[in-house]
Amino acid sequence: MSNKFGVLVFPGTWSEGDWLYALSEVMGLNAEYVFHKQTNLHEFDCLVIPGGFSYGDYLRPGAIARFSPVMGSLIKFANAGGPVVGSCNGFQVLCEAGLLPGALIRNKSLEFRCQSQNLRVANNNSPFTSELDIDEILSLPISHGDGNYFVDEQTLAQMESNGQIAFQYCNSDGEITDESNPNGSVSNIAGVTNESGNVLGLMPHPERVVEQILGGTDGLKLLASINNFLSRPEN
Amino acid sequence: MENLQLLLEQTALTNDEYDLIVRKIGRDPNVLELGLFGALWSEHCGYKHSKSLLRTFPNDSEAVKVKAGEENAGVIDIGDGLGVVFKIESHNHPSAVEPYQGAATGIGGIVRDILAMGARPIALLNSLRFGELSKARNRYLFEGVVAGISGYGNCIGVPNVGGEVLFAPSYDGNPLVNAMCVGLLQIDQLMRSAATIPGSLLMVVGSATGRDGIHGASGLASRSFDEDREMRPTVQVGDPFLEKVLIEGCLEAASSGYVDAMQDMGAAGLTSSVMECVAKGGTGVDLNVDLVPRRESGMSAYEIMLSESQERMLLIVQPANEEHVKSLFAKWDLVAITIGTVTSSGRARIYEEGKIVADLDIPTLVEAPIYQPDSRRPAYLDELLNVAMPPAPNVKDVLKIFKLLLASPNISSKKQVYSRYDHEVQTRTVVKPGEGDAAVLRLKQSTRGLAVSVDGNARYTYLSPYVGGAMAVAEACRNVAVTGSTPIAVTDCLNFGNPEKPEVYYQLQECIRGMSDACRSLGVPVISGNVSLYNETEGKSIFPTAIVGALGVINDCEKLIPTSFQNIGDCVLLVGQGLNIDETSMPASEYLARMYELEAGNPHFDLQREASLQKFLLEVGALGLLNSAHDCSEGGVAVAIAECCIVGGIGFNGTGDWQNPRWDTVLFGELPSRVIVSCDTAVENQLMEIALRYELPITNLGITKAEDFTIDSLLTCSIHELSDVYYKGLDSALN
Repeated sequence: MSNKFGVLVFPGTWSEGDWLYALSEVMGLNAEYVFHKQTNLHEFDCLVIPGGFSYGDYLRPGAIARFSPVMGSLIKFANAGGPVVGSCNGFQVLCEAGLLPGALIRNKSLEFRCQSQNLRVANNNSPFTSELDIDEILSLPISHGDGNYFVDEQTLAQMESNGQIAFQYCNSDGEITDESNPNGSVSNIAGVTNESGNVLGLMPHPERVVEQILGGTDGLKLLASINNFLSRPEN
Repeated sequence: MENLQLLLEQTALTNDEYDLIVRKIGRDPNVLELGLFGALWSEHCGYKHSKSLLRTFPNDSEAVKVKAGEENAGVIDIGDGLGVVFKIESHNHPSAVEPYQGAATGIGGIVRDILAMGARPIALLNSLRFGELSKARNRYLFEGVVAGISGYGNCIGVPNVGGEVLFAPSYDGNPLVNAMCVGLLQIDQLMRSAATIPGSLLMVVGSATGRDGIHGASGLASRSFDEDREMRPTVQVGDPFLEKVLIEGCLEAASSGYVDAMQDMGAAGLTSSVMECVAKGGTGVDLNVDLVPRRESGMSAYEIMLSESQERMLLIVQPANEEHVKSLFAKWDLVAITIGTVTSSGRARIYEEGKIVADLDIPTLVEAPIYQPDSRRPAYLDELLNVAMPPAPNVKDVLKIFKLLLASPNISSKKQVYSRYDHEVQTRTVVKPGEGDAAVLRLKQSTRGLAVSVDGNARYTYLSPYVGGAMAVAEACRNVAVTGSTPIAVTDCLNFGNPEKPEVYYQLQECIRGMSDACRSLGVPVISGNVSLYNETEGKSIFPTAIVGALGVINDCEKLIPTSFQNIGDCVLLVGQGLNIDETSMPASEYLARMYELEAGNPHFDLQREASLQKFLLEVGALGLLNSAHDCSEGGVAVAIAECCIVGGIGFNGTGDWQNPRWDTVLFGELPSRVIVSCDTAVENQLMEIALRYELPITNLGITKAEDFTIDSLLTCSIHELSDVYYKGLDSALN
């Protein structure tokens, strides 16, 4: 039986169609939507929280979605070691739900940014990065107004020593610079994992670069990592 | 009625119109009835000054499935069972009063127009005009409008893929915000808006009705600006989250089979949406305002009927399907509520607290009088058309002038605007903002794609309304054609001053004549549109501004022709009028405006040449002969080549015959129907032969090379230098 991906849909989510298309049409994987009112997640091997503005994000991005019926089950799924990836608004929801450390605050520029962005792979010890090389440079698009990742220094040091920093914004040479940071995030962080590595949050949109016609295929590397990990015999 | 004059003032009806109403209904209307007439007979809903002209647009072709005017927007059949629906609409007046919400709700409104057809909104574009950025008020309006489009558009998951932003003194205090939306649907799921079956229910879904936007259509959009009047309460506040769930709910409803007709509630709210549905169906309506969900208590029938609260849709549903529809929307936590019934009476009966509070014949209500205002050629034309063009400046200043143009907010990169819009969601965008003359969206169902562009140049329309109108259609279609896509239809937004002034009416008349002629020459029907009149501040009209959105189809997205240079060593050619040009290329140019602060001269345009050029582009594109193609417009040949270089990161060596005493007009003069193309040197002759067959001049300009930009002995600089000026131009103007 092939791995089954569940793509969450909150009211206001808008990347669910792009994720489903990338997983099922481009990669030929088994994927379906999970509406936010659903609580039984037993059939899924991996859960995706896509981008968007869940509940309008009027209070704080992800702050309302975190209380959606599906989230209780998702938290159990994650705590039992199930792989969960949240992109963009999904990252914000995971932080609000306490599955990932830190918070995503308003971009330093105070403006929304939609652009292509270079990322350096900071570690490859999670299911989502297993097929990537450390220091490899990926080009993924961002599209957010609240992607400025913040944690305190102590937590950051812990995360670094645990290898929880997954991706950092960099320039085309792979250097972590202020100029290459699109939102002011601490240490140019674009994506992090939880301590055990089964939950990943990232601001960029891997599902948007899965075909050459869309300008690149670097997103596929990330998606393939997850699928290959799930397909290992021990999983 | 004691305060009749005040009421007429509020509803923007004239005394003559009041008398006409009394004659038609055989009695004095009550206040509510007068409000209904005011809304439906407003310019915004009734098109009373423009309808007779709009009827002259060609509106049909083999691909047209629904014509302009039949529904919220026309529909084009693109084959494979798919339909495309698109429309452009203005939100100028609200944006002038409250830029963020004005622009935001402009996006919301055009999206619901597309949604009402059962189509998924797949792309937004916008065309914006502001006064010069040296004035603080204009900077405030610019920032507010861009933030509003960004805030609303990003939240609803529809990519904002293209558009234009231009600045000119004529838009001081009167910005133009024209928003276009493209929708995609399965042709067999096309929704209509006619309520044809008596006994059907009227249901509203979405936002509750509040006291916002009352008199928006009649008061705000159908009158000139008046600085003394506080108009902010007539602007609505948008809720993009509600719009997003409304999109999902309505699309599910449209494909469920439980809904007979759908209509958005835009200008004039319940009044126009309900009356249009029943008027189209030849039926009547009994509507109970007590059933309309409201935001606050104590609202009168008048306020409920005329509110322009956003994010509301009207559904026509047979009683047997009522519960199905309710539960369908309940999935999205939306409440669909029945507020009335379709009848066979032919009358609009409004009930409040069990009593009839309005009772009017529907055809009378929806048929606004049609005016043929006086038309007079404006006196300014004789003066401006004969202004002598300045002589060539000192050739030593050539680089300075070149940079002045590249840095002009009208030419420089709009990156700081489009990077604030999500232009990729839905993963169809294959040519993104800043990359091409048109945005291109692939259709996931096949290899095909849609190219879309929105254009207009008011300087031309001001100096020659006929030429400007024709050129707006031509440029939008040309921008689509340079990508290798065949233009198949256009939508238009006509932004003009007060049509009751004979000079303004002349501009409108001539512009529409030019647009119609261009549509016929290029074989594109007008499938939708919008008119925004009374764009005046302190008695002064804006430049007449016709904005055209064009849509084209390309069969294979892999064969798209890029805009920028692709390879080093490619041959660069100018198709269209060559380098032997003089000051006849100066009228209405950006060069003339920036250098000499002159908006003058007599522009010319040859439609036959344009049609040949577009046919040529499609033929050589299909043969795969072009490595790039870029429309040559504001800033002339030098700027067009520079754009190909900057975006492509490739240099240019102008080895062609550039010698001309009017070097300035050669480099910066503007003539329509010109395109910069690049190709392998091996196919240059083949291209020239095909151009000859279309009787098009074609000129070798030079060759692409690494890094530097050189034109003969005239101009030398690095691409890096030009990039810097081009990408920083708008920022410098803002600061």
